[in-house]
Amino acid sequence: MRTNLRARTVVIVATILVCVFGIIGFPKSAADLVQNVKNHIQLGLDLKGGSHLVLQVQVQDAVKADADQTMERLKEDLGKQRITWASMDRNDPQRVEDADDVEIYIKGVPATQTSSFRDLVNERYATYVLTAQNTTDYSMRLKPSELVALKRDTVERTIQTIGNRINELGLTEPSVQQYGRAGDQYQILVQLPGVDDPAHVQELIRTAAVLELTKVEDGPFASREALLSQHGGVLPLNTKMVKAKPRGAQEGEQWYLVGKTPVITGREMRNARASQGEFRKWDTNFTLSPDGGKRFGRFTEANIGNRLAVALDNSIVSVATIESRIEDAGRITNLTSEDEAVDLSRYLRSGSLPAGVQTLEERSIGPSLGADSVHEGLVAGIAGLLAVIVVMLVYYKRSGVNAVLALALNTVVLMAALSYFHAVLTLPGIAGVILTIGMAVDSNVLIFERIREELRSGKAVIAAVDTGFNKAWWTIVDTHVTTVVSCAFLFLFGEGPVRGFAVTLVIGLIANVFTAVFVSRTIFDYELSGHRRMEALSI
Amino acid sequence: MQLFKNTDFDFLGKKWPFIIASLVLTAAGFGSIAVKHGLKYGIDFKEGVLMTVKFAYPPPLDQIRAAMARSQKIKGEVSVQNIYGSGAENEVEIGTEAQEEGQLNVNRQDMQDVLNARWGQTAGKLDFNNASQQVVVERLRDPLARAGVAMSDVQLQKLAKDMLDFRDTPPRSGLVANFSQLTSVPGVNAGIMNTLQQECYLAPFHILKVEMVGPKVGAELRNKAVLATLYALAGMLAYIWFRFEWIYGLGAVIACFHDTLITIGLFSLFGKEISMTVIAALLTLVGYSMNDTIVIFDRIRENLKISRREPLERVMNRAVNQTLSRTIMTSGLTFLTVIALFIWGGPVLHGFSFALVCGIIVGTYSSVFIASPIVLFWHNYTDRRKRRPGPPLATAPRPEAVRKSPARAVK
Repeated sequence: MRTNLRARTVVIVATILVCVFGIIGFPKSAADLVQNVKNHIQLGLDLKGGSHLVLQVQVQDAVKADADQTMERLKEDLGKQRITWASMDRNDPQRVEDADDVEIYIKGVPATQTSSFRDLVNERYATYVLTAQNTTDYSMRLKPSELVALKRDTVERTIQTIGNRINELGLTEPSVQQYGRAGDQYQILVQLPGVDDPAHVQELIRTAAVLELTKVEDGPFASREALLSQHGGVLPLNTKMVKAKPRGAQEGEQWYLVGKTPVITGREMRNARASQGEFRKWDTNFTLSPDGGKRFGRFTEANIGNRLAVALDNSIVSVATIESRIEDAGRITNLTSEDEAVDLSRYLRSGSLPAGVQTLEERSIGPSLGADSVHEGLVAGIAGLLAVIVVMLVYYKRSGVNAVLALALNTVVLMAALSYFHAVLTLPGIAGVILTIGMAVDSNVLIFERIREELRSGKAVIAAVDTGFNKAWWTIVDTHVTTVVSCAFLFLFGEGPVRGFAVTLVIGLIANVFTAVFVSRTIFDYELSGHRRMEALSI
Repeated sequence: MQLFKNTDFDFLGKKWPFIIASLVLTAAGFGSIAVKHGLKYGIDFKEGVLMTVKFAYPPPLDQIRAAMARSQKIKGEVSVQNIYGSGAENEVEIGTEAQEEGQLNVNRQDMQDVLNARWGQTAGKLDFNNASQQVVVERLRDPLARAGVAMSDVQLQKLAKDMLDFRDTPPRSGLVANFSQLTSVPGVNAGIMNTLQQECYLAPFHILKVEMVGPKVGAELRNKAVLATLYALAGMLAYIWFRFEWIYGLGAVIACFHDTLITIGLFSLFGKEISMTVIAALLTLVGYSMNDTIVIFDRIRENLKISRREPLERVMNRAVNQTLSRTIMTSGLTFLTVIALFIWGGPVLHGFSFALVCGIIVGTYSSVFIASPIVLFWHNYTDRRKRRPGPPLATAPRPEAVRKSPARAVK
């Protein structure tokens, strides 16, 4: 055992260096050190302050909207084919769980026109399943596969729209993601660190985003002041200044003067997609509602040669020249890349939320409370650590130093592991670190008590240390496994703060097996290595 | 320094007082739960909205209640109560009870509106005590420019951040009483101070925390808490079954159940709230109690290998005495850290640390006075059943069937 003492020491020193580096990096000053620690140890929302929201996408809204559009088209088509009907409406399920039950009812189709009606529906409405209630009444439902696709698409578009809106807030590391294991919950988790006005943010997320197509009067300008000075400091009637969204390698800002009243808003935008047009250039095709189309037709006819700006949430994403009259299907051509075309189609599509969003859970912690919690956690931690150190030194004398060193290394390894795994430290997580201190020292106590017992029964020092470590090993494993099992289930079933606790405790205990056994043993061996036959051990 | 050298207490002989004490405590706990009609749940399990607000002076509870009651939009009863405890000064909790998510959202929004209406100012100024950094920047940008204070956007962001950090650190902890306090923030000069006083006011309250849990999430959390506990106990039972004879596993699990029940009973007796973090504490102490029990069982097993002829009670006693030093030390040290958490850990961790404080005490004595006696009772019972057919032998060797064969016991 003693022969590879040097090798073991190297391993331990290497571990210390790696861990310390993981926590503080290469600081060049005291302030640098504090900053590095803050960067490496990520704090949870309950310590940093911020908002945690669980939203549920009301997918039934999207299914109902699809049904509404279908009914409009069906009415037109039936008219064209001169098929008569008495009434057409749909039911109105209010709950997410009932989204699959949306049905369109068509009543009063004459029996003579049954076959042409069926042909029409099967040909032009292939996504729907037609069921006859009797000779004249029918109901239509989306096919199950279509329903699944529509709901999934709705959730994705909602996530994207909400993500867009949140990005406007300029927060550090916001996150919007799908939430929940069950695919049929349609839940989104929004985490907004540092938000101190959560009510306002929720409003922002839930209200309709503003998509506007407006006429461009003048621009682009490099700054607001340049635009203003061009117009003598006063804006013409019914205009406003809007900044363009920075794109790619573009340097500096771009400001435009646009009309105040939009020609088209998100409500008239039906769909948009990217496609490759002439000369391998990319275009974005969009379709408008019938009403929007009429209005757009009149506008474009009167404005050939002028420019049109597409603005999302008051920042311009695209400017195009009007080349001809456009009714309900238009195309924005000559975009520079596929990415731009796809992005633009996304903006056009996701201008407004495809479905309502309901908040299921909110936890908003103000930054002052977060700062208090960190402070309290640190005080408790230091107090606990000091108490343990004092007791260990008094009770086990010089071997107590052994234990304290192992404990210190344990804590360092724990913090470094949190840093390397990018695990988040929550307030219960700090409690977990404190608890690790208390539980980690148990391993040392087990070993030391065993050594004492062996010494009392008359064994020589080296043999006593050996036996102590060997006998205690399996008990240490047993005790650690049970707590790790507990924490594993806490991790699986817990959320945020509780998970943080489980993670820190597990990492702490696993690190403890290393420090209490390997490191502690090495220190003992080092102490014993100088002396051929030690008479007594300070324990 | 050695406190417990070669002790020889007759622990298992004195088990009855402790078993009775446990039964009394458990009964007291159940009684308290019955009298108080159930446990006191935190918002995790109870659902509803809970808003924690800090006032600049002792909060006017009646006025808050009245203001909330006058609101048309808030449905259901609004509870308003003071928070006591370390570090909580002039803090009040305003809550509404469980309802549908839509109504809860309306309640939550309106509670904030009512506070703003009653204690805020409507003269169009910005409430500095409840503003976010971005809002402050947006609000001050043009007035500062008009006042001739030259500032780049970056500088303005930093100034706002510094001012808000100042507001949020103790002793202000979110509430600035007077704008003149801000002069100590770097970068604040007379021009900026003027603009601040022109554009902003200081509300006498600051919203510390808002929690809203709707029925869907509430049900999910309750579900998760129960499942986590059941799975963890099952997992541990499986592990012990694997390492020891089945009756030891049962003894350990019953001891853990006992610990959990008594701790929950104590929660009810002392009126503490049960939240998700408290469940985390309970599971941790289940793991901890298992630890303790396993250490003793390990020693019993080791001693049984050596002395096959001794009565089980004597072997168990010796095992407990041998591990006594370790038990007291470990429990003592863990207890020290947990007490540190309880005293200094702050209000958020209060329930958590209370659970651990009770749990460690109960968990330690349950290993000796609950788990081991169960094994003892069982072995005595099976021994008596086996002895009945034939004449009793004074030094009957222990039947092999009662414990695992040596080859398997050594893991």
